[in-house]
Amino acid sequence: MSARPDGFRADSLVDLVGRTPLLRLRGVTADLPPKVRVWAKLEGFNPGGSIKDRPALRMLQEGLRTGNLRQGKVIIDSTSGNTGIALAMLGAALGFPVEMVVPSNASIERRQIIQAFGAKLIESDPLEGSDGAIRLCREIIADDRDRYFKPDQYFNEANPLAHYETTGPEIWEQTCGRVTHFLAGIGTSGTIMGTGRFLKEQNSAIRIMAIEPDDAFHGLEGLKHMASSIVPGIYHEGELDDKIPTPTDEAYDMVYRLGREEGLLVGQSSGAACWAALKLARTLDEGEIVIVFPDFGDKYLSTNLWQGWGEMPRPADLPQR
Amino acid sequence: MAVHVKIPTPLRKFTEGNERVEVVGENVGALLEEMERRFPGIRERLCDDQGKVRRFVNLYLNGDDVKFLGGLATKLAEGDEIAIVPAIAGGRS
Repeated sequence: MSARPDGFRADSLVDLVGRTPLLRLRGVTADLPPKVRVWAKLEGFNPGGSIKDRPALRMLQEGLRTGNLRQGKVIIDSTSGNTGIALAMLGAALGFPVEMVVPSNASIERRQIIQAFGAKLIESDPLEGSDGAIRLCREIIADDRDRYFKPDQYFNEANPLAHYETTGPEIWEQTCGRVTHFLAGIGTSGTIMGTGRFLKEQNSAIRIMAIEPDDAFHGLEGLKHMASSIVPGIYHEGELDDKIPTPTDEAYDMVYRLGREEGLLVGQSSGAACWAALKLARTLDEGEIVIVFPDFGDKYLSTNLWQGWGEMPRPADLPQR
Repeated sequence: MAVHVKIPTPLRKFTEGNERVEVVGENVGALLEEMERRFPGIRERLCDDQGKVRRFVNLYLNGDDVKFLGGLATKLAEGDEIAIVPAIAGGRS
């Protein structure tokens, strides 16, 4: 369950999903009280490059078990990117054709990676964001219902179950049961629902806190502002202890700091997680805070995170430490 | 000169739910000023305290990214179309 031993060998790609490392952050946390530690679960180590490999695999396994996914079916879903990459990768590995509905303003790297796995990319209206992709996907399926298997990550209980069965136990073991706070962003809410449920069962005092954009109009790709969004069926707000609204600008700045101060190039949702964790950490005397870094940052080099309005930092322009 | 402006779902609360509005402006900066006059509060969502367009906001002029054209000084002509597109956002319509 813990990080893989050296020389790990796998018979199948699916055996490489999960068991990601937990890294203690030591640079951006330098000004915290000495008994407060922040640990990042580095989900970029999954074979598809993000945490979405876990729910994608679990949802396909459930589909195969129930017979809803079988030869002749096409895997289809709407996604802002990482789930599409995970499903395209697993579809290729398991021998299923894949079609993904993605808002056309998802990063070019994500869209290209999905296609590199042989999947068909269907672009939805960028003005309508991820909800526009959800609606378009529903329309496509309605035209030919028997053709498709839709994992339906926003409503499929196998999504949070993946985290209940893997992410949660890994964190519990990697922190030797000492975790006091678990923070994760909400996209589908699968990560925080499943992981939170497992951790609460081990120790009900563990605080489960969700990170969400501070406004409906934001730049945190992958995260949802729940109050203004289609609410996922798997989301149960009552299971959260708190929510931390996070401004896009602060999350972006934290991405730049993580690169220079930790040696971690991550995406904006990781920046948001880290900003929220440090905000929380400054209010504590002691604690073991675990946050999720959903992916690494190489998929975002073409996005507004790094390509901006002239006055924005480009990697080469950032001040040296 | 009137320009068509496409409004993303999360900002339609400022435009009485309209996904498309006609706004007058000789360049992009002037257009944003005029939008604020007509739809108070919208500018703060698009620009920071110094008046710079927020990092996650994209403005497209007839499909081309304004930040790679002339930024806020980009000239506009009658019938042009400006689309305001955030990185990725949810939003109910």
